[in-house]
Formats: sequence, C-alpha cells, structure tokens
Amino acid sequence: MTQNAENVLDHFELFRGPEYQQMLANKRALFENAHDPAEVERIREWAKTPEYREKNFAREELTINPAKACQPLGAVFASVGFESTLPFVHGSQGCVAYYRSHLSRHFKEPTSCVSSSMTEDAAVFGGLNNMIDGLANSYNMYKPKMIAVSTTCMAEVIGDDLNAFIKTSKEKGSVPSEFDVPFAHTPAFVGSHVTGYDNALKGIIEHFWDGKAGSEPKLERQPNEKINFIGGFDGYTVGNIREIKRIFELMGIEYTILADNSDVFDTPTDGEFRMYDGGTTLKDAANAIHAKATVSMQQYCTEKTLPFIEAHGQQVVAFNHPVGVSATDDFLMTLSRITGKAIPTGLEQERGRLVDAMADSSAHLHGKKFAIYGDPDLCYGLAGFLLELGAEPTHVLSTNGTKAWEEKMQALFASSQFGQECHAYPGRDLWHMRSLLFTEPVDFLIGNTYGKYLERDTGTPLIRIGFPVFDRHHHHRYPVWGYQGGMNVLVKILDRIFEEMDKNTNVVGKTDYSFDIIR
Amino acid sequence: MSLASTQSVAEIKARNKQLIDEVLKVYPEKTAKRRAKHLNVHEVGRSDCGVKSNLKSIPGVMTIRGCAYAGSKGVVWGPIKDMIHISHGPVGCGQYSWGSRRNYYVGTTGIDTFGTMQFTSDFQEKDIVFGGDKKLVKVIDEIQDLFPLSRGITIQSECPIGLIGDDIEAVSRAKSKEYGGKTIVPVRCEGFRGVSQSLGHHIANDAVRDWVFDKITPEAERRFESTPYDVAIIGDYNIGGDAWSSRILLEEMGLRVIAQWSGDGSLAELEATPKAKLNILHCYRSMNYISRHMEEKFGIPWCEYNFFGPSKIVESLRKIAAFFDDKIKEGAERVISKYQPLMDAVIAKYRPRLEGKSVMLFVGGLRPRHVIGAYEDLGMVVVGTGYEFGHNDDYQRTAQHYVKDGTLIYDDVTGYEFERFVEKIQPDLVGSGIKEKYVFQKMGVPFRQMHSWDYSGPYHGYDGFAIFARDMDMAINSPIWKKTRAPWKDAPRPTLMAAE
Repeated sequence: MTQNAENVLDHFELFRGPEYQQMLANKRALFENAHDPAEVERIREWAKTPEYREKNFAREELTINPAKACQPLGAVFASVGFESTLPFVHGSQGCVAYYRSHLSRHFKEPTSCVSSSMTEDAAVFGGLNNMIDGLANSYNMYKPKMIAVSTTCMAEVIGDDLNAFIKTSKEKGSVPSEFDVPFAHTPAFVGSHVTGYDNALKGIIEHFWDGKAGSEPKLERQPNEKINFIGGFDGYTVGNIREIKRIFELMGIEYTILADNSDVFDTPTDGEFRMYDGGTTLKDAANAIHAKATVSMQQYCTEKTLPFIEAHGQQVVAFNHPVGVSATDDFLMTLSRITGKAIPTGLEQERGRLVDAMADSSAHLHGKKFAIYGDPDLCYGLAGFLLELGAEPTHVLSTNGTKAWEEKMQALFASSQFGQECHAYPGRDLWHMRSLLFTEPVDFLIGNTYGKYLERDTGTPLIRIGFPVFDRHHHHRYPVWGYQGGMNVLVKILDRIFEEMDKNTNVVGKTDYSFDIIR
Repeated sequence: MSLASTQSVAEIKARNKQLIDEVLKVYPEKTAKRRAKHLNVHEVGRSDCGVKSNLKSIPGVMTIRGCAYAGSKGVVWGPIKDMIHISHGPVGCGQYSWGSRRNYYVGTTGIDTFGTMQFTSDFQEKDIVFGGDKKLVKVIDEIQDLFPLSRGITIQSECPIGLIGDDIEAVSRAKSKEYGGKTIVPVRCEGFRGVSQSLGHHIANDAVRDWVFDKITPEAERRFESTPYDVAIIGDYNIGGDAWSSRILLEEMGLRVIAQWSGDGSLAELEATPKAKLNILHCYRSMNYISRHMEEKFGIPWCEYNFFGPSKIVESLRKIAAFFDDKIKEGAERVISKYQPLMDAVIAKYRPRLEGKSVMLFVGGLRPRHVIGAYEDLGMVVVGTGYEFGHNDDYQRTAQHYVKDGTLIYDDVTGYEFERFVEKIQPDLVGSGIKEKYVFQKMGVPFRQMHSWDYSGPYHGYDGFAIFARDMDMAINSPIWKKTRAPWKDAPRPTLMAAE
C-alpha cells in the first residue's frame, strides 16, 4: 500500500506504485486482447514515415483532432459582449452545455447561456413552442436587457425560421414587443466558430441599425468621429480589449468596442456573482452606425460583418490578428490615418522597447523553425511576428483556413527571406500536423492545449498560444496585441526556448558544460 | 459554520419550503407549475424524494443537462480505448467532449488506443443536403488504412444524422463484412433524443447488446477461460483512475476482474463479460440496462456497490463477498482490516477540520447519493442534493439509503434556482460541475467539481478516499475565502470629524 494520510498521493504517483503497475500489467496481459508490443512498436514507427504522411494527407472525409469548433460557440462568445445580454441558442440543449463548459474551461469564468431545449417532438413539429416558452422564461428569470438568438445544427436542419419565430413569440407576449431579440442563423455544418462570431455580430448590428426586424424605421447614419473596434473570436479577449482601450485612450480616439466581453470573462471574486458585466451598451451598439470607420482585428471573423458596415457608408479596415512590430505599426498608422490623431510618444517608446527586447534576444530566435496552428488570423499574426524575429514559421496550419487564406499566407512567406521554406496548410488537422512534425521536424510548436499531444508524440516543445488553453491558467488576462502584447508573446516564446536549452544541457558530467548561467 | 447546522430539522424544513416558494415566484405561471414538481424537502420515511424526474427540461431556464450524444460518446462508449469512436456529424460535439472527462487509460495513443483523440466526419452543408452515408463509408476506410490496430469502430450520431435519414446501420453492416467481421457499432444517440444524457446511456447499452454481444465470434470465446471468481466492474469510467483504485481492492480480496465498463476498457473485455459470475455495478444510472440484460440472457447476477468513503466501502466489500465462498468473504475482511489504519489516519487528520461543514450537491449519475457517505465519514452533512438526469429509481435509492430528513431536493435544477438556494443556505461547500464552479466561487462559496474531481482523483476506493478528504479540506479551508471582501468594506465608515 503506497497511499498515506500524511502525504496523500495523487494520481500522478499513486498508480506508479508496484501494486498498481502489476495490476495493470495483468489486466493487459489477460483481458485486453492487446496487440503484440513489437507490432505496436512497428506501427508506431511506421506512423512517423513519409509513406504514412502520404496516406494521411490523402484523407478526404475523415477529420482527426481538428483545430476548430462550430458556429454557435462563436455566436455565444460575441453575444456575451453586449450589455446584460443573454445568449439563447435555439436547438438541442446539450450543445449549450458544451459551449458553456468549453468557454469556462478556458477563461476559468462562468458562461451564462440558455437553450430552447428542443427534443423529438420539436424535430417533427418545429421549435416554435420552445422559442415562445424559452424567451418568456429567460426574460423573467434572468432579467436581460437583450436576448441574442443563434441556432444549433438541429434547428438548422429542420429549417426553423428565427425571424418569424421571434415575431410570433413577441405577439404571444413572451417578451415585450420593443425588447431587443437580435438573431443569427449559425449552422454548425458551415464554417467554424469564427463564422458564428461573424454571423452573430452582424445579426446584432443589423438589428439595431436596420430597424429591428422591421419593427422600427432604419437608423440614418449621421457620421461622427468615432471608431468602432471589433476584436473577433479571441482567447485573449480580456487582456487584448483592455490593451486596445488603453491605446485608443493614449491616442485620444473616441471609440466603441463592439462585442466587448473583456469584463464578463473577468469578473471579480468578491461575494457577488455577476451574470452580466460590462459589455457594449445597447445604445452604443446602435450609435455605432454613425462612426467614421470600423476596424476589425481579425479579417476572417468579420467577413460578413465588415461589408455590411461598409454598405452603411463607413470606412472599414481589417487586420489579421496583428502581433509584433510591423503589424502593430500598421495598425496604429491606420488608426492615425483614419482619425487624424498622431501616434503619441508614449506608444513610440513602447515600440522602441519591443524592438529593444527583440534585438536583445534575437540570437536565440534567428533561424529557429516553428510550426503554428490555430484560427486563420492568429496564424497570420504569429507567422508575421516570427518572420520579423528572423525565425521561420515552417508549417502554418489552420483547420478553418480557406484557399484564400492559404494564398495570403504564401504571399506573406514570399515577402521575407525567412519565409522561403514555409508552407500554409488550409483545412488540415492536427493529425496532419503530426505527420509534418515527424517528416519535417521543427524546433518549436505554437498552438492551443491540444498541441500537448503533438509535443508528447513528436517531442516538439509546445508554446501555448491560441484557444482553447485549458491546462495553463490566466494567460488570457495578458494581451498579445499592441507593442506590449508583442512583448508578452516574445517572452512566452523565449521562456520556452531557454527552458529547452537548460533541459538539454543538464546532464551532470555529460552535457552540463553548456549549462550556462548567462544566456 | 453554515446556517444549516445551527437550526432544528423543523426550522430547516420550513426554511427550505419557503425557499422553494420563493424561487418559483420568478417563473411564468406555466413554468412555475412544472418546476414545482421537481423541488421538494425530503421527509424521512418516504420511499422516494417526492420529486418528478426524467422529464423534459424547460426551454430558456438554463438547465445544466447535456444530451444523448454526451451520454453515449462522452460517457459509455468514449472510454473503450482500443476502438475508434467517430463523432458523426458537424465538428462541435466531438470537439467540446474531446478529452475533458478524464477517463484514464494505458496505451499508445494513436496506435493501439484512441481515447484522447477526436475523430469526426466534420459534416459540411453538402452532407446535410445529399446525406452522409457515402462520407461515412470513406471515413471508415480511411480509419482502417491509417489505424490498422484499432479493434473496432463506433459511430456516434449527432443531431443531423437522425434528421436527414442516413442509414448508418446499413453502412456498419456492409463495412463490417468487408473488413472480416470487424466490430462496427452504429449508435443512434442524436442529441435531440430523450430529455438528457440518460437516454444516451440506454441507447449505448443497447448498442453493446445488439452489436457486440450478439456478434461474439468463436475466436473471442476461445480467448477466455473462466474461474469461479470472475467479476466485471460495470459503470466505472476510471475518472482520474477510479476504476483502478477499485479494481485493486476486488483483486486483493481474491476476485478476478475480467472487464472494466468502460473506463480503461477494451472491446475484448466487453466480449468477455457474459462469462462473469457477478456484475458489480457502480453507476446504476448509466449501466443498469446492460446489467439487467446480462441477468436475463446469461443469468449473471448483479449488485450495486458504493466505493466512496470507508463506511460504504466496507458495506460494499461484504455485500460483494456474500455472492462468493468463504475464501472471498475472508478476503474481504482481510482487505477491510488492511486499510483500516489508513482510514483511521485520514479521518483523524481531516475530520477535525471538516466536522459539521455542510455540502450542497448537484451532479449526474450516481454521485448525488453515492458521495454522501464519504462526506459523513468526514463529519460533514449534505443539506441539499439533486440529479441532473436521474430517474425515480435514483430518488428512491437516495431516499431509502442516503439523505437526511429535511434535505432540499432539486431535480434538473436551473441556474437561477441553484444560485438562490446556495445564496440562502450558505453551505460550506458546493459540489457540482464546471458550469457551476465559477458562479459559486464568485459568491465566495468553496467548490469542488464532482464530475471530473476537479482534475484530481481517484476518489473511489480506500486510496481514493485519502485524496477526496484532502481535496475537500483544501477547498473548504483555503485561506482565499477569507479574502473575498475588501477589508475596507467591513470597516466602519470614516466620519468627517477629522476634517471638521
């Protein structure tokens, strides 16, 4: 018996004890019909080969370990960014349990969202009654200022009409007729969570700007000097949006953050649970129509939203998750150009500090090869930063990246001497990445928590940047945008490089001559 | 010290009844009427908890429940480690349930085991329009090509499958034939079926019956020689290693565990189970169906047991031993004495820190009742409990064997109800899931996730109880809970005297 009360052993150590090891070995030998270990080893080696890679890349229908989620997750993420807004997902209830869990596991925060709990009868007769009852219940229980409706694939397959359902619900008195219930169809079998973000945000803006589903006259744009800002689906939303606000304030720009979920995903523990906190006010969401321009930080999260805004007469500009010096320069100069406001010396100093830090550490990054995977914009931003560090983003993979994204990535690679050997992989998954890492190894891997399986299998050290990150805490509180965000990313990468360096030079009397105290 | 432990039972009952009345006021009339049936104050001596259960959740209330897919892929089938489980449909379901249940297993992932992987057919619009059967055929071929050591495949249906009329059974039959009788199991666990995870468990159990038991080959038969002491662990998902810290006790008492359902389980173990002499059932809710089937078809008796906390473990070891001869009965006593000093030491260390502390639970499966004994071993009292997807037989077992007079019972609790109950009762600990965790911690109430063991565990068995006790102490007695209010908030308001 290894367990003891004085020093309680966790699963980490408990099962390594001889009793458990013997037990597990017997289980395997007697009952599991396990394959011959030599055969397992043979297949394991085979799965590392170029031959396996070829088979793996020939896959047409099977997806293994994808780096993407489905539309409604993005819709919920965008919806909670509005003042006292309750996301309401029309369809099966299990989906909502999943979105709430998924977001809470990343942010370590509550995620409030309801479902219309459709079951078999709704599959046959449609979910109108679920909508009528659901809106009434949510409205009474959770006292939201707005209910933002999206859909699961069940409701999409049976073809429920949200616009008509919401109208009928209002007629039946579920919510007052003037109560805001924007909606977006968010089928899980189209696009990914970034598409859902786009659809939901467009649905909300359209609701306020274009006459609330025909119940009011459309707003008439009276241009002012404000700038709208859209962050897109972003695991660092808490740190990033706060950093962006700081930058806007330093520049003296009047702004509206659309879908500002930076507070609701970072509420204090002080004895009170805030189901709603912060967020874009409904008034600001409506008045955003008058803004001079709208800036999207992530092109692929706003492919429908931006053209919609542009059609209302605003300038629009989209970035690709800018990280680092040049991308941030471009972001700030664009803001300056649009607003006529100068970039203040404070930000110029921050820029200088980031350049300073990069110069100090460049020797450790220059020529290092990286693999990156994640959402299309994040991949682009990180690849751009690596290139300006003299590193090579050798494999850049985005499960929800498109052909157009691939072309954009390849153009980025072509623009740098460090990008010549780099390739973009749209629509591929982490099992493809596994083959890439075995057949064309790199020094480091950048990705979300699921990258840890790749790290275990291929030995490529993982730097966790992306969504979701379940197994490290609080990184979402630190920005990756702006020069300070670039600094955070730089330090994150460097920390891992140095850890590896130490780990590879610490064998006493063998390798520890390189176990340097100064690096 | 919570309010609960300072009041008499009569006062507690009156308060709980009042609380129920209060929360019901928030609902529209129709909803209040429906929810009223799911809330009650337990009366000692009653055969059940006096609540309705296993009924549809009400739209818009923020139920904590999941779906049938979660019950099948997430709970029953997912842990079978040497089979590949395809999340058949759009990408999300498989993504959100990927690796999050902590069903521990041993194996070379991606080569001979596949537990922490996400296989999906990633449906696109064209698959919805034209049907997904052709895609499924190809998916199975590609699996066969890339994962030659997989022992079988299951097809876990997501919502669209049943709506677009795909024939996954026909595909499974054809492909099984093509691949020399390979086990391929279609599972009709679309998320819109039933009212919760629960129907998914049942459907998954039935799929084992129809697509594994009914197709056992002579080769699989020959794999196995019986002994009089063969048992199968049913309904233990090896969360944080729970089934392992249970199995070791059964083996120490002289039994031979021939199968684990389904934590760290394999297809061969499923196939061997009809040869068990006794099925021992931990999670009654999710696997009573297959246990009853094996009783009817193969004459295998089954018994429920509870491996949370020493009192219930002792009771359970003796209950299991009673099915066997003196050798096993002596074995059980030997195991009990062997671990007694450990249990004494754990209780001596932790009970003084936890004595009298109150707990509110809301979990799925067996835990809303099964963990009560473990808390009581530590001197704690469960003042409220409820099931995410329980049926009346769960509430009967709860009433007859576990809860105290006056306990607040809430079935399929809504977010609103749970918050109000905790706010008023102010328990010392809440045990529920990830969706609830941060809500209550914000309120300053210590919390443990009782689905995933909050990334700790195992909690089953004697080894697990030591961890359970340590974790509850760690949650309740963390110094952080004394810091939730800023000190100046409690200070008397500064007067203006100094300024005057």
